[in-house]
This record gives sequence, structure tokens and C-alpha cells, in this order.
Amino acid sequence: MNAVAWGLLAQAALAACAVVLAVATRGRVRTVLAGLSCALVAGAGVVTGALALGGRTVVVRVATALPLPPAVIAPDRLGGLLMLLVGAVGVLASLYAIGYVHGASASRTQWAALALFLLGMQLVPAAGDVVSFLLAWELMAAASTVLVLAEHARRRTAREAAVWYAVMTHLSFVLILAGFAALAATAGATSFAALAGTDPTRPGATVAFVLLVVGFAAKAGVAPLHVWLPRAHPEAPSHASALMSAAMVSLGGYGILLVGIRLLPGGPTWWAVLLIVLGAGSAVYGILHAGVATDLKRLLAYSTSENLGLVVAAIGLAMLLRTHHVPGAASVALVAALLLLISHAAFKATLFLGAGAVLRATGERDLDRMGGLVHTMPWTAATFGVGSLGAAALPVTGGFVAEWTLLQALIHGVRPADRVVAVVVPLTLGLIALTAGLALVTFVKAFGIAFLARARSAGAAGAQEAPASMRVAMALGALAVLALGVLPGPVAAAAAAALGLTGADGARVAGLGGVELTGVGAVLSPAALVALGAVVGLPALVGVLVVGRRRPATTDVLGWGCGGVRTSPRMQYNATSYAEPVTRIFDDALQPRRDVVVTHVGESAYLAERVRFAQHVDDVVEARLYRPLVAAADAVADRARRVQNGSINRYLAFSFTALVAVLLVVVA
Amino acid sequence: MSVAPLVVALVQVAVAVVFAPLVIGVTRQTRARLEGRVGPGVLQPARDLRKLLAKTPLRAAGTSPLTVVAPVVLLASSLLLAALVPLVAALPLALVPGDLFVVVSVLLVGTVAIALLGLDAGSAFGGMGSSRHMTIAALVEPTVLVAVYALSIPAGSSALPLIVAARRDHPASIATPAGVLAVVALAIVVLAETGRLPIDNPATHLELTMIHEAMVLETSARDLAWVDLASWLRLSVLLGLVGNLLLPWGVAGTAAVGPVLLGALALAGKLAVLAVLLATAEVGMAKLRLFRVPELLAGSFVLAFLAVTASYLVA
Repeated sequence: MNAVAWGLLAQAALAACAVVLAVATRGRVRTVLAGLSCALVAGAGVVTGALALGGRTVVVRVATALPLPPAVIAPDRLGGLLMLLVGAVGVLASLYAIGYVHGASASRTQWAALALFLLGMQLVPAAGDVVSFLLAWELMAAASTVLVLAEHARRRTAREAAVWYAVMTHLSFVLILAGFAALAATAGATSFAALAGTDPTRPGATVAFVLLVVGFAAKAGVAPLHVWLPRAHPEAPSHASALMSAAMVSLGGYGILLVGIRLLPGGPTWWAVLLIVLGAGSAVYGILHAGVATDLKRLLAYSTSENLGLVVAAIGLAMLLRTHHVPGAASVALVAALLLLISHAAFKATLFLGAGAVLRATGERDLDRMGGLVHTMPWTAATFGVGSLGAAALPVTGGFVAEWTLLQALIHGVRPADRVVAVVVPLTLGLIALTAGLALVTFVKAFGIAFLARARSAGAAGAQEAPASMRVAMALGALAVLALGVLPGPVAAAAAAALGLTGADGARVAGLGGVELTGVGAVLSPAALVALGAVVGLPALVGVLVVGRRRPATTDVLGWGCGGVRTSPRMQYNATSYAEPVTRIFDDALQPRRDVVVTHVGESAYLAERVRFAQHVDDVVEARLYRPLVAAADAVADRARRVQNGSINRYLAFSFTALVAVLLVVVA
Repeated sequence: MSVAPLVVALVQVAVAVVFAPLVIGVTRQTRARLEGRVGPGVLQPARDLRKLLAKTPLRAAGTSPLTVVAPVVLLASSLLLAALVPLVAALPLALVPGDLFVVVSVLLVGTVAIALLGLDAGSAFGGMGSSRHMTIAALVEPTVLVAVYALSIPAGSSALPLIVAARRDHPASIATPAGVLAVVALAIVVLAETGRLPIDNPATHLELTMIHEAMVLETSARDLAWVDLASWLRLSVLLGLVGNLLLPWGVAGTAAVGPVLLGALALAGKLAVLAVLLATAEVGMAKLRLFRVPELLAGSFVLAFLAVTASYLVA
């Protein structure tokens, strides 16, 4: 047995240990012991993933009770990278949970589910065949549903969210199952190594591709299959939200990568275009809704939809450029897809953990009722700020490097003579640029409204900083975001190696931790950029300090209130008003509902006593696509119920009819 | 990494810092003359700066350290911008090659810093300005990237120094439909990013119509000096970039003293012409209603996209 096999075994053993500790102990002891053992499960995932990424391979065959060949667990480099990613998020979330959980989220079921969820997520990328993949996938799906249900006794919305999540996640599972079944039937095998040789031009391959992509897209939260995200994330405990949004959706992205690049490479052009349309559409749709959302966790959920959309678009772009003979840019797009996944995991984990700290301290998820938290929660503010920079793709964060890589692929993917590429590439560029722009608004809003200005509610005014274990987790997340931004070279090189891109079409380290995309000859060294910024900004900084020393500021003056004194914090801009221009510009796409109730003074139509304004932005996809579907399913179920009226005569008639039918079939 | 491009970058920063107040001075003086006023002279912005630095800053109660940091971040981002954009010389730095995406993101760091500054004091005006500013910044982004995409096709690179150098060495590519459309689209974007008419009125004193001024309403003394200098730098650098894209002559190709001096002189000439043109255009123009601005920006996006299409025809 080599180290990777030991690592896999250790993960399973530690998870079992965590479950036992969660069930056997109680109170604070359970929280600390179960939390630490969950962190160890994830830590084992990090180590195993790193070993597999380094090129150690192993093939473990596990006999199952199913009437199938033994399950194969064989993490390759790409699987190792994903396991490392998921494990790293898992470590942060487990540490954070020790300080965060309370009440229902600290129950034995929740801790046991967390351990199993971590194990399931870490085994998915290790799977070497369809059976083990599906088993791990289902473990992940079932355990995460339990986590969403944590607050079911207190909040009705948690139950609704869990139903939506369970339906969508199992719809995704069924589609993936059907897709793999179609693929296995076409190829006549179940191991990924054997499936990789399937001829993509066969009809079975097309069916499998569509089913698998839709299934994985539902897991990745790509619009229009994203409806579970903005429901489940606000209701789940924040460490579970962080795990689901930073780690689990990445596995949806991994699934699409697995199908598009490893199992069915070289498919027809429309496959690639399908992925690009799906991804770019999801990116714009997700960020638009994130831009106008006022619930902080809902905002982050929609932003996940956006980021995974970018990942899917990058994979589609890579497939398109590969089939149209632009290998250099195609490899850059693939590296970009992985960098997007990695940076998204880092900043989204940090942001969800920060949102959880705010929720814990203020009892608020509504941005319109936050404000001024930078004074009371400086750690959370700093880490959430770094995460926001990452999500807005600004330097020097991982988000910026990932987006830069994707844009390099687009710029260098130009082929004027090839009509498809010539049309698709600039349009994708425009959409991605719009997404990037709206992401800026969204995260300036999220950070600025929540942490700056004055408190807008009593909860926000009385906030207290999070306990140490939460602070450590958030700080580690923020450090990861910055490290990915300052020293992206090794990460990009590892991503290229994981994708099997070596030599002329890969990525390598340039200068001090900088990245060189050898496929297109582009270089970026954020460390050099920081150094240049420091050199240029140094005289300015010295000037600031010298002038500041000479004349200290007066800091207790009133702000400008047009000659009056501002008393009410409600006079500030809030999240709804901040997003008003965006809402108005994209009115047709968002279709917000506005209720304005004006109460007049006495008889006068000109003097208003009070004005009440309420705005709701419903998810258009949910209202137009899912509601009719759910209503139709309800109607069909209603009809079907009439068949069962409790009459024994009718049931006997059914039995008789069934018997006759069977006999007829047998005779025929 | 050779030292020469770095030295040239620092020279560019120094030149930009000297020119920025003058560019504002020239636009204000031109505007005053065209409106029949005497005007304070082109050195007034520099004098304002000196005055602001000598004053005691007043900061509203309840502001966070961000109020102190944001102006400095904004200034640093503007200075970095001046180092990266080919103004005096088109020499790419080895590890930071003046890539357009890097330049845009450095610009956006400043944009975000000032937007957060607007929110920090908790005043309704600051929030209003910040919200409008970020909305416009978001809508500007697609145009910027697509316009540069169009410019990068003939040059084969998205690095600005290489694009400018390619245009200088092949003047025929300047007058192509692709080149002209892309630069026009970029010029509209520059107006939007730097808060000039018709998107924002830099001379307004009515709170409800302000964008930039609303965000810096609570800022005073040296904080305001940094914000002002940074905003002027942004305008000058971006005008210089448009000037160098339209008329790439005079931009130094080597780090020798002669060409760099010549480049600085050429830059001064281009900036003077563009500043006068900008002021002249602004005199005859009213500010657009805020919700007409997206139409203008959508128009500029269409221009940029046409530029891409046109560049295919040539290529």
C-alpha cells in the first residue's frame, strides 16, 4: 500500500471516529472533539490530495454488495487537486464550526452529517469508476441535505429550502446516473480509464454528454438549475454554507471537466457552444441577482452561480478552441477554469464564514439592517474585505489572477477566419466583462453597506467580535485569497500539471511566484506589481505621514446634512438603494415588484404623512419555469390520487387488470 | 529584469504628477475663457493642492480608518497607472507588461477605494454618489475590454506598450475602421471613468446631480488633496493614452535621454490639445440624465463591437 492508499484509509477511519465522537459525547466536549476530528478528516484529505497531485497513483478495488464489478478508487492528479481543495475548505469550516455552532446546529446528527459530508466530498474526486463515483456522490448529497435541515424545528423556511435542495440534488443524481449508464452502455465498461476511449460521435455519447452536463450543472448551481442555491444557503448553518458553496459546487465543476475533457474529448462544436452559453448566461444572471440581493447569504449564493458559470464557460471555451485548432489558448482556458475553481473556493469560503460571523453577532442576514460593523468586528471586516476583493477580481487576489488567465485565453483565442470562434469569443468576452463589472458593484455594496457607515439596527449596533476559532478560520481563508493572488505561479503550474498540460502548452512559474502562460506567451507577476506599486507609492506614503504628523485631524465633526443634523441612521443609503440604479437599468431582466403606500395628511393630497416602500426581486427563472412545473406536477399527482379512493372493489379490479395484462404480455 | 524600463516608468510617474494639475488648469481656463470669464490661470489647481495640504482635516464622527486609507490607496493606484500606461515611452516592463487587464484592474482598485470612501461617513449623499459611480464603472467594463480586444488583434498582444508601438511603427493601422472605432469607444469610456461631461459635471455644486463630488463631500484638507490629485492623474493618464493611440508619434522606443525628453514634450503637446478639445466640447454640452448614461455606454459598446468585426475584415 502506498501513501495515497493510506491517506484514503485514514480519511475513512477518521470520519468513522468523528461520527462516533459526535454520537458518544455531549455538550461543549462534543463540539470541540467532533470539530477537531472533522478538521482531521479534512486535513487527511489535504495531505492525500497533495500526494495524488504530486503524481503518486494508486488503484484500490473495493468489493460492494451491489451486483456490479468492484468499485475502483483511483485518484489521478486532477482528482488530487480537487481533493486538496475540498479538504482545505473542510479544515477551515470545521475549525470555524467549533466556535460557531449552537443550539440545533450543534446536535449529534449535525456533527455526524458534517463528517460524512466531508468524507463524501473527498471521495468524489478520488473515484476511478462510475460506481464509486456515484456512491460517494450520493453520500455527499444525502449528508448535505441533513446539514441544510439543521434549523428545521425553528424555521419553516429551512424545511422548504431542504425540500428544494433534496429535489434538485436528486434530480442531478438521477441525470448523472442516467448519463453514466448511457456512456457505460456505449463504451461497454464502467471504469473512467475505459470510458475515456468512447467515440464522441456516437449517439449514445451525445445523450450521455447532455445528461451528465445538466446533472453536474445542477450540482454546480449553474442557472437555470441554480434554484436550490439561494434557498439552501441562507437556511443552512454558515459553515455548511461555506462547504457547500466553496467545495461542493466545485465538484459539479469537476464533473463537467471530467466529462468534457477526460471522458468525451473532441466532441462536436455545439457541445462547447452549449457549455459557453450555459456558463456565460449563468454568470450574468447570477451576478445580476447578487447585485440586487439584500440578504447577505442569498447574495453570496447567487455569486456562486456566477462564478461556477464562469468556470463552465471557461471549460466550454477550452473545448471550442481545441476542436478549432487553437491549442495554446485552449490550454490557457483550461488552466483558467481550474484557477477560477480554486480562487472561488478560497474567497467564497472566507465570505460565507464572514457572513456567518455577522449573523451570529447581529442576528441579521439583511444588509439593509447592518452597518458600522468595522468598528465592532475588525477581524471579520478585514477578512470579509479581502474575500470581497477576491470576488470582485481585484488585484492582488486569486480572483484577479483567475480572471486574467481567462481573459488571456479569450484575447489569444482569436481566429478571424474561423466563423464560430470569431463570433463566440468576442461575445463571451463582453459578457464576462459585464459580469466582472457587476461583481464590483455587488461586493462594494456587500462590504460597504454591512461594515461601513453607521449601524442601521439595534442588532448591528450591539455586535461583538467572533470567538477565536472562527477568527482563525476566517484569517486563514483571507490569507489563502491573498496568497493565491500574490504567488499564483506554483498554483497555476500545479493546475497545468493536473490537467496533463506540459511543455509548450502549460503554465509555469515566472519571476517571484509569477505566472507565465506558455501557450500564449503572457506573463503576470503580481509580486512585481506590488513591488512597483510600493516603489511608486512610497513617496506618496512618506508625504502622507509627514503631512499627517504636522497637522493631526479633527475627528468629531458632524457630517454634511444640508444644514440640518442627521440623527436617524435610516437616512443613510442601504443595500436596496445602493442597487437601485442597477435594478432600474436591468428592470426587464429582473422584473422587481414594488409596493408604494402613501398615507396623506388629513384631506391634503400634497402632504404625505408616511410613505411605505417595499421591493421584492423574485427569481424570474423560478417564477416562470419552476412554479409552472411544480404546479403541473401537483395537478398530475392530484389526478393520480383519485385512483386510490379506498374502495376494496376498485383495488380488486386493479389487481385483476394487472393480472390480465401480465398474462397477455406472457402470451405475446 | 533590466533597469531601464523601470527608470522610464518612474520618469513617467514624475511627468504625470507634474502634468496632471496643468491639464486640469488648462481645461478650466479654456472653459472660463469660452464662457467669457477671465479664469484663475492654469496654475490654480496646483495652488489649490498646496492650500489643501496646509489645512487641518475634518473627519465626520463615526468614520473608520478607511477614510484615511482610501485616499492614499486611490493616489497609489493612480500613480501605478501612470507607471504602467505608455505615456512617454512604450517600453513593457518584464514582469508587469502593461497588460490592459492589469491596467484596468489597477484603475478599478482606485474606483473601489473612492466608492468605499463615499460610503464610510454614512451620509446619504456619499452613498448616492458611490452607488452611481459603481453602476457606471460596471457598465463601462464591457466596452473597455472589447475595445482593447479590437486593438489587440492587429498588434497580437493585449499589452498597451506593444499596441502603441505597433501603431507607431505601422501608421496605416491607425486610420483603419477598427482602429478608429475602438479609440472612439475608448474615449467615451474615459469620459465616464473620469467623471467628465456628459456623464458627470465636475463643476457641479448641487448634491442631487453629483457623482464624484458627492463621494468626496465629507473629505477635506490633505485627504481631499490626495483624492483630487489622484483624480487629475487618472484623467491625464487616460487622456495621454487616448492621445498616444491616436497619434503615436514621439513616444520613445528606447530608454535613452533624448527620446524620453522628446516623448515628454510630445505628451505635453498631446495633452494640451486634448485638454483644450475636452473643455471646448464640454462648454457646448449638458449633463445627461443619469438613466440616459447606460444608453451612451451601450452605444460605446456597440462601437467597440463593430471595431472587433471590422478588424476581422482587415485581418
